[in-house]
Amino acid sequence: MTVDPATFIAILVMGLATYTTRISGFIIGPYLPQEGRLRQALDAVPAAILTAVVAPTILSGPAELMASIATIIAARRLPALGAIAVGVAAVLVGRHFLGAW
Amino acid sequence: MSFSTVARDVRLGFVGMLPIALAAAPFGLLLGSEAVRQGLTPAEIGLMSMIVFAGSAQFLTVSIWTHPAPWAALALAAFLINLRHVLMSASLSPKLKSFRPSQKAFVAFLLADEIWALSEQRAAQHPLTPGFYFGTALGLYVIWLAATVAGTALGGILPAPETIGFDFVFAALFISLITGFAKSWRTIPVILASIAASLLFKSLYGGTGFILAGGLAGMAAAALLPPEKKKPS
Repeated sequence: MTVDPATFIAILVMGLATYTTRISGFIIGPYLPQEGRLRQALDAVPAAILTAVVAPTILSGPAELMASIATIIAARRLPALGAIAVGVAAVLVGRHFLGAW
Repeated sequence: MSFSTVARDVRLGFVGMLPIALAAAPFGLLLGSEAVRQGLTPAEIGLMSMIVFAGSAQFLTVSIWTHPAPWAALALAAFLINLRHVLMSASLSPKLKSFRPSQKAFVAFLLADEIWALSEQRAAQHPLTPGFYFGTALGLYVIWLAATVAGTALGGILPAPETIGFDFVFAALFISLITGFAKSWRTIPVILASIAASLLFKSLYGGTGFILAGGLAGMAAAALLPPEKKKPS
């Protein structure tokens, strides 16, 4: 159970850097407008960020694209867990039968 | 709020997170084995999971680790890769009305992507409670810590998550959440702008800035839409 002092300091500072990003939205939150264009932009954050996270994965290959479409269709009918199961099964099948782009 | 309501919310959050956390476990194992290769001890990667608790930042910093640790460069890398959390916490902020300030301090500490995403989904349908939030966080925190430490003992014998489709779990989760958020035509330009900007940024610069680029582009698209008509109340 050894911890190098320089590594420990690095971990603490990394934690502080991460915490800064995560608390900053709560600090500025009360000063953000309740309506208007900035509010429209903030309301779009969940869809915008989640889309940006997955976009490269969706288009990384034909199997991923096919599985993403299957996931969207499944998500309109099933709870999230069912849609995830459909997506993972589809990507495994797709990777077995389809090549890369 | 009675004890049984709190317990129910904790259980709801915890059970909702469980499959996601189990899908994250193979990545935790990989991170642990990679940490050993980079000269970190099990105690050190465990401390990092406890204190930083940010998967993508941990992967990135472990991959560039040298000894003695270049703390300023590592902290800057963690800060840049986590800049998206500024937007995420700003978006979550108005949904924390039932949280005390001390609880909000802990909410921020635990605001990993998966926890944020499940909380936004919950808040879109029900008021978000501390029980639900900390229930989801508990599930991910414990499993992530256990997996990263266990991974230090497993170097080299792990199957890659891609071979069992586990890498796609997060994409499928996020896609199903986006499908849930897309309630009107107004979401479509947001999604298209986000896809275009994230792909363009990634192909030009690589790295992880594409998340922030796509997020900002989606926000800009939303800001340019005509004002939403007030719902009759």
